[in-house]
Amino acid sequence: MTDHDTIPVLAHDLVKRFGDFVAVDHINLEARAGEVVGFLGPNGSGKSTTIRMLCGLLRPSAGQALVAGFDVARKPEQVRRRIGYMSQKFSLYNDLQVIENIRFFAGMYDVPASVLHERTEWVLYMAGLVGRESTITGTLPGGWKQRLALGCAVLHRPSILFLDEPTSGVDPISRRRFWELIHAMAAEGVTVLVTTHYMDEAEYCNRLVLIFQGRIVASGSPTELKQQAMAGELLLIECDRLGPALDLLQQVPDARHVALFGKALHVVVPDAQTGIPRLRAVLSAHGIAVSRIEPIRASLEDVFVSLTAQLSGQRT
Amino acid sequence: MRLHRLIAVIRKETIQIRRDLASLLITVTMPLLFMLAFGYGVRFDVKHIPVYVYDRAGNQQSQDFLKHFQASEYFRIVKAVDNYPALIQALDSGACRLAIVIPIDFSEQLGAGGPVAVQALVDATDNNTANISLSYSEAVVQSYNQRLRLDWSQRHGLSTVQSPLSVDIRTWFNENLESTANIVPGVIAIIMAVIGSFLTSLTVAREWERGTMEQLVSTPITPLELMIGKLVPYFVIGLVDTVLCAAVAIRWFEVPFRGQWTVLFLSCTLFLIVVLSLGYVISVVAKSQLAASQAALIATFLPAFLLSGFLYPVDQMPAATQIITYFVPARYFMTILRDVFLKGTSLPFLMDDLLALALFATILTILATRVFHKKLT
Repeated sequence: MTDHDTIPVLAHDLVKRFGDFVAVDHINLEARAGEVVGFLGPNGSGKSTTIRMLCGLLRPSAGQALVAGFDVARKPEQVRRRIGYMSQKFSLYNDLQVIENIRFFAGMYDVPASVLHERTEWVLYMAGLVGRESTITGTLPGGWKQRLALGCAVLHRPSILFLDEPTSGVDPISRRRFWELIHAMAAEGVTVLVTTHYMDEAEYCNRLVLIFQGRIVASGSPTELKQQAMAGELLLIECDRLGPALDLLQQVPDARHVALFGKALHVVVPDAQTGIPRLRAVLSAHGIAVSRIEPIRASLEDVFVSLTAQLSGQRT
Repeated sequence: MRLHRLIAVIRKETIQIRRDLASLLITVTMPLLFMLAFGYGVRFDVKHIPVYVYDRAGNQQSQDFLKHFQASEYFRIVKAVDNYPALIQALDSGACRLAIVIPIDFSEQLGAGGPVAVQALVDATDNNTANISLSYSEAVVQSYNQRLRLDWSQRHGLSTVQSPLSVDIRTWFNENLESTANIVPGVIAIIMAVIGSFLTSLTVAREWERGTMEQLVSTPITPLELMIGKLVPYFVIGLVDTVLCAAVAIRWFEVPFRGQWTVLFLSCTLFLIVVLSLGYVISVVAKSQLAASQAALIATFLPAFLLSGFLYPVDQMPAATQIITYFVPARYFMTILRDVFLKGTSLPFLMDDLLALALFATILTILATRVFHKKLT
């Protein structure tokens, strides 16, 4: 589907300012055909703004972005014909029937009459809305709405798909189903850029880009990110008096990224073999009983928390 | 421009209008309501003015004089009183608009050859009605005088004296001088100004408010397609409403239609393009339905009502106001409507007004295509 000579999404030093506020600060990005790239970051970090610039909905303040080989600032219409976009807020027409929304967007994307029927059927099937054609869209449950929105965004079979928090407010089963759809499309060569703040979803991406305060602070596959960000080994510690334990561990020179996760602490040490006895000793010396201490695999949440914590510390 | 997209927008807008009870009600009931409200409510005719009389003479001659008032359709003698205070009170309370006092020596003075002074007290809070009642009373007195003179000549065996000069009046276009004939065609202009601008003022603003605009601008739709697609359904509604209003005007209010339907259709088309584009521009700029609808009413309804010649003739307005009216499209449409209905004026004589409307239509459609940008802010 994609012209293999061009990189589907290419951003170079992309900047967006709103007055004095720099929402996106020199972002460089590349996404290849069939890749699912996840944008991860706290609210207001510039994820949506970046996506909107790549869709030609916002004019970049500086820098350049090529989508499907076209400059988003100069040829936004060429870009729009080749992309599908799903905005953060559900933005189909709630007062139209399911089939009326599909027909409307098929019209918008100029889907030829010869394939209209087939595409409509495909979208209905994909979104699991067969038999619900004449339901008023506003009365559909959230997950169904999201699938319909995705369906309407891909009616013209775009080679690039931008999804801005597509699963916010959707139940876990619907979310899983949604991601299966995304992967099916990626398997056909569609490039997908998706923002999310669900960590479990981030694991579904081929590549992650962590954005914080408008900047890319880390990127790579989920596995790479965990290794990079966690130089050393991650330990899980269960003990009594978590608060004092947290304060105490933060004083230990080798222990980094000490953080509270539920009823346990996560700590990164250079080496688990030597680290475990040392930390146990420190805690015991202060009368804190350790019930469990063992190396665990870092989750993306660990990565995310430790990175943003580090950066917040640096910037303030 | 892609026909596909245009048709898709038209279809979508039509469905949305059909599903929205409020806009449906506005499109159908508002024209009828306006026609009835203005057709019955706004009258400039002054008829059956309530009159109190204080007949101090109280003889056959004075009664004869008062019968002249009674006989006229402009006056209605409500009550005869026998003192001044009652008269004053009636004027104060608004029970009458005009009070007539006949002097005690009415007959004696008449017999002596006059002149007799009959007093007329007028409530002039509404100066227009006051003026009219005064001139009607004068006319009644005139005709009474004429009869007296005639009687006198006959009694003295003189041949009937003719007035040397008389005016032979023929009213044209609105033969019975009924204000309905003047008002009702004008109401069509007001209805179209409101329907056209009010409904369209919501269309773009609604998409911004509901967030659907974000999805829409991410598609390849062009601003021109969006504008035309959104305006076509309202254009059709506008034309249907025109026919509806014209039918009510002709059938119900019995306003004559003497002109050509083509001229009516042409002028309606141009005026609709003007108000629809204006509503669209307002909607794009305002981005909120509330602000847009209010702005649309102020921008179209008020000028159409006050500055178009609907209520007062433009040439009677102060010079500065007259200049402003040149920038009010409804002014030209108002002229055309009245001429087409009442005068049956043919196309060539209405060319100036049609061209003015065409100019406004062109400017506003160009503005409407330019004002919308497919960008989020």
